[in-house]
Amino acid sequence: MRRFQGSGLRVYAVLYLAFLYAPIALLPIFAFNNATVIAFPLQGFTTEWFGQMVQNAALRQALLNSLIIAVSASVLATCLGIFAARASTRFRFPGRGPIMGLIMLPLVLPEIIVAMSLLVVLLAAGLSLSILTVILGHTLICMPYAIAILSTAFSSLDRSLEEAAYDLGETKWSAFRLVILPLVMPGIISALLMSFTISLDEFIIAFFLAGNQPTLPTYIFSQLRFPKSIPMIMALGTVLVVMSIALVTLAEYFRRRGVARTGQTDSGGFL
Amino acid sequence: MTAPQTIPQGRSGTPPRPSLADRRPMIECRGVQKYFGDYHALRGIDLTIREGEFFSLLGPSGCGKTTLLRTIAGFEDIGSGVVLVDGKDMANVPANVRPTNMVFQSYAIFPHLTVAENVGFGLRRDPRSRAEKAAAVEEALEMVGLRGYGKRAAHALSGGQRQRVALARALILKPKVLLLDEPLSALDRKMREQMQVELIKLQRQVGITFVLVTHDQEEALVMSDRIAVMFEGQIAQLDGPEALYARPASRRVADFIGVMNFMPARILGETAEHVTVAVPGFGTVEIPARNVSRADPGDPGPSIGFRPEAATLLAANAEATGRVNGGVIDEVVYYGDMTYYDVIMDGSDAYDGIPHEVRISMRNVFGREVPDVGTRVRVSWSPGSLVLFR
Repeated sequence: MRRFQGSGLRVYAVLYLAFLYAPIALLPIFAFNNATVIAFPLQGFTTEWFGQMVQNAALRQALLNSLIIAVSASVLATCLGIFAARASTRFRFPGRGPIMGLIMLPLVLPEIIVAMSLLVVLLAAGLSLSILTVILGHTLICMPYAIAILSTAFSSLDRSLEEAAYDLGETKWSAFRLVILPLVMPGIISALLMSFTISLDEFIIAFFLAGNQPTLPTYIFSQLRFPKSIPMIMALGTVLVVMSIALVTLAEYFRRRGVARTGQTDSGGFL
Repeated sequence: MTAPQTIPQGRSGTPPRPSLADRRPMIECRGVQKYFGDYHALRGIDLTIREGEFFSLLGPSGCGKTTLLRTIAGFEDIGSGVVLVDGKDMANVPANVRPTNMVFQSYAIFPHLTVAENVGFGLRRDPRSRAEKAAAVEEALEMVGLRGYGKRAAHALSGGQRQRVALARALILKPKVLLLDEPLSALDRKMREQMQVELIKLQRQVGITFVLVTHDQEEALVMSDRIAVMFEGQIAQLDGPEALYARPASRRVADFIGVMNFMPARILGETAEHVTVAVPGFGTVEIPARNVSRADPGDPGPSIGFRPEAATLLAANAEATGRVNGGVIDEVVYYGDMTYYDVIMDGSDAYDGIPHEVRISMRNVFGREVPDVGTRVRVSWSPGSLVLFR
């Protein structure tokens, strides 16, 4: 590493990080700025925008919608992901490759295409657009991420562990519950958190399928037309950033604890 | 290979433990066949393992020994044929209710549990009280020399300790048969030799039938009452260690177990008691009928074999006891306690123009010089230690 000291790489690294995080750093600055216009110089300190945010009923409803959708979609995607990941790592069956390929495809499919086709199908099926339709859409796009995380967790398990539990008198289900489930739990938590974050900030599918029930991202988008509500959006953004950092820290804590408890070697993870 | 071949069984006449033949059969396999897709993994296995026996399945990788063990355990379903454990047909008995327990090659210690929780895992459905189960766990740990280790995290154990936990976890259920799948292959040499002795002692102590799968012929010879040597899904020979070593049933078995010298032979005549052969470098030899084994398909012709310790290098002035032939030392391999000498026998090129080497092992005697390459030596041997493959 010493060879790189003094070269332009250090400057590059600093610029790169600034480009990534400086805009986000502006959020809390303007959230506490006592002015409706987002511009320097700063006018003074206020918590008025946070007060406005808390009192805004439409925003609270959008947040509630988003949370319902994110929790449902992440639980659904993770549960379905457990089945798929276990099937693909534990069993060999005809068509396994193509099936897994098709399940992972939404990862690279343009979201707008998924959203449009879902809209057409749902309307043709006579379903009215609501939170439920967004949950279905989000489950679809979260699944590949959940499966990718869970497959790694399942495939790193020694197959003899399950056989040993079975050999010691457990049934196939109790062997899974007593041995496999605890060992893949860090993976399940990771998959849940990943799906939750993806669903929470997903815009296109929510925009197409939500009908008249806005989620947080679609609500924020709709408010950008009104200059006077922008400081409130800044306050909301600040809260979301703080929450995200807390969530990721928590997830990493659980993952490292799981790694330490089972004595595996740490292979990285998200942080 | 389509027709099932007859398996040379108990050729030595005397079983290794006199009482073994009288004991009741614990595992019986009758015509067990197993396919994985097109791959014919087990090609008609017939064997009987008796109660309290230390039995080994020995063979190179891919010979079907692990498949046979997993079939007995219930992890593979029986393709065709019958497997009986303690007289009961195992056809529709799943692994979790069979009276067998397994020690896995990877040990399969549950990493999220403590040592005591691992050992007591199989007692979950046991109706005994918590205190009684804890006592049983402690007793099992003591049996494998891990007393007081109960509270430790399983993932923090060394390889040898894991092995012991796996043994305690299986033995606590008092199975009728303990199945061991290459249990020592992950240990270093010192640890492996130590565990071999401990396993023998443990088996004698608990009296449970042990079935060991191994590719290590030395391990099988050291530990087993009887050994089944397997090649390509078939049992090539089933015998006690001494009979297996001294009178291998075929050239392939002889080659797999220990070091064996092979020399081309020409059959001159045959009576009920012995076969007369001519061996280049050794002259005309009468091989006792009990030392006649079969050649394998693909062998160049009849050959004789003898173990390196079956011949002796004579000092120049020493008196010969058996027959003596001359030769020249071509290579010396020094092992500290003993030395291998590769000797080219005089006239060993008589048949095919190729001088044949034989490997002779000699225990080193302190203070006596190890002869050098190129030294002329006299080799003493006796016809009774030769095996004919025809």
